[in-house]
Amino acid sequence: MTGPAAISGEPRRFVALALTLAFTDFKLRFFGSVLGYFWTLVRPLMLFGVLYVVFSQIVPLGANVSYYPLILLSGVVLYLYFAEATSAAVRSVVERENLVRKIHFPRMVIPLSVTLTASFNLLLNLVVVFVFMAASGVEVRLTWLELPVLLVLLALFATGLAMLLSALFVSYRDVRPIWDVVTQALFYATPVIYPIEQVAARNETAAQIAMCNPLAAIIQQFRYAMIDPSAQSAGEALGGAWMLLVPLSILVAVFALGLWVFDHMAPRIADEL
Amino acid sequence: MSAVEERSASTPTIAVHDLSKAFQIPHEHVHTLKERALHPTRRRTFDRLEALTHVSFEVAPGEMFGIVGRNGSGKSTLLKCLAGIYRVDAGEIWLRGRVAPFIELGVGFNPDLTARDNVLINAIMLGLTPAEARARYDAVIEFAELGEFVDLKLKNYSSGMQVRLAFAVMVQVDADILLIDEVLAVGDAAFQQKCHDSLTRLRAEGRTILLITHDMQAIERFCDRAMLLERGVVVEIGAPDQVAHRYGELNFPSELGEPERLGDGAAAVLDAWFEDEPGRRSGVLEHGRAASFHAVVEAASPLSEPIVGMRIEDAQGVIVFETSTTRAAQPSGDLAVGERVELAVRFETALRPGRYFASPSVAHAGSGELIDFRRRLTSIVVTGDLPGSGLVDIPHHVALERLGARTAGE
Repeated sequence: MTGPAAISGEPRRFVALALTLAFTDFKLRFFGSVLGYFWTLVRPLMLFGVLYVVFSQIVPLGANVSYYPLILLSGVVLYLYFAEATSAAVRSVVERENLVRKIHFPRMVIPLSVTLTASFNLLLNLVVVFVFMAASGVEVRLTWLELPVLLVLLALFATGLAMLLSALFVSYRDVRPIWDVVTQALFYATPVIYPIEQVAARNETAAQIAMCNPLAAIIQQFRYAMIDPSAQSAGEALGGAWMLLVPLSILVAVFALGLWVFDHMAPRIADEL
Repeated sequence: MSAVEERSASTPTIAVHDLSKAFQIPHEHVHTLKERALHPTRRRTFDRLEALTHVSFEVAPGEMFGIVGRNGSGKSTLLKCLAGIYRVDAGEIWLRGRVAPFIELGVGFNPDLTARDNVLINAIMLGLTPAEARARYDAVIEFAELGEFVDLKLKNYSSGMQVRLAFAVMVQVDADILLIDEVLAVGDAAFQQKCHDSLTRLRAEGRTILLITHDMQAIERFCDRAMLLERGVVVEIGAPDQVAHRYGELNFPSELGEPERLGDGAAAVLDAWFEDEPGRRSGVLEHGRAASFHAVVEAASPLSEPIVGMRIEDAQGVIVFETSTTRAAQPSGDLAVGERVELAVRFETALRPGRYFASPSVAHAGSGELIDFRRRLTSIVVTGDLPGSGLVDIPHHVALERLGARTAGE
């Protein structure tokens, strides 16, 4: 018999467990209070509203950018998905200590369920984005087919970090404040409130370095493929389609690292807690 | 290990071979990445806590196997190793069939969800597929007798209702091997009875059950065999009553380890023990059944009409009962040097359930001066289910006579 592990047992049980945990969390938020789910929708909208007022009326950052409100909203929704999934994942394994110490199940289910819950939220928030897109007169184009690919890549990136962070947090409790700072920095390092073209106009290398961040590449490509075909695609912003390999390999590397660390840590989690 | 060898003909459901598990407790816990980064080369020193050392045992299919031991003896660690929650350091574990661990009832219960949701989640956590969980849902609710409350949030349940629900899920999860850790000591008497009945039924269905408990009565009533652990080492594997007796000795080492001994030594009490109804040595007696006490005395010098007796006291030291050969039908006669006699006191167990200590003694006739008195040489656990309180249960008969109604005119 094997001991505790990250992934073990039947794949069906693994999926059933992850879905059950994720759906329970989702349900708790949805039915927890009358306004429970309302707030999870309102949060990106509030942030969007504040940012929109600041950067269109006070600092005219988005003055000459077409579809600026849409770009801002979609950027905020995608960024918040990433930030929520990863920061909720940090504490996830420790918070489910009760399960970890009392039931044998593939440990990977825990960080996975967190990103799944966040993904349910993302899908609902995207409905709002689509409503705004329709209202702004964005045309349906063939490049919309890229959407599932972009979402899967984003989810993989978030899941990789979720595994890495939740495993590290078991032993190192300062992972949480560190990650809070990193997510804050990532918000400004990602072209959410500013279009990447404005960075490139001043310093092309800086723009290209910023675009190596998988999150930035995904958000930029979303803007190009879904909203504004006149905007730079992620490849163009990086200075060549082949350069897309850089954020892609970072994404794969982070996922692999997360998987490796979590797998390595999984048998010892119950002992360490 | 002889009991295991006897059973080697059938393939065991659980086989544990030379299992060891140690916890490393660091002297200084490095809690942060910062400390790790600032002192990357600092050597981490550990205390090793040997939770289990070279534990081996086998459990046959359909057997109910009890594990007893004092707090910190490694029982729960062993169960968690079997359940796959802890990684083992050395040794091997073979398990045949699906395992359901019940380290705690209702793991993952969420107070903000309804009973219905919690039952489904709990069942899935314990290894059922979502479809199976839904199919058994009705049976769970029926067993828990909570049909009217399924849509109530769990936080509005009383703790007793929560326990009932959790136990009901456990019974319905079709595991081949159940690992149960002290979860039955909850609920009211009626529910406990139901729990015990369920365990008996599960065993009858051929499930293998591993039961950790401090309740020796449960061990003796339900288990086929039992194992005693002490500081991570197997002290004894064998018949439940033997194991229960050893457990009692471990629990009260001061009372039994160095018994008080008084007397001039003209004779010696060599041994003393209790026997149950069929005449086997036993550490446990059932209330209301016939039993006997025995003590062997050897004379060191010639004695005339020695008084051989015994005294039973409870855990608080209150003497509950005392008797001696002065009440025997025949005189004890004379003893030559080296001659041995065996005292036998036959009685019906009127003691209430609990733990008692027996002190055999031999004294000179007439003066009553002690020759050898061995305080608390042996002990006995009395089991049974008696209502009320009281030191002893005197053999009695209760009746209520009707006197007729008092008329208004009186």
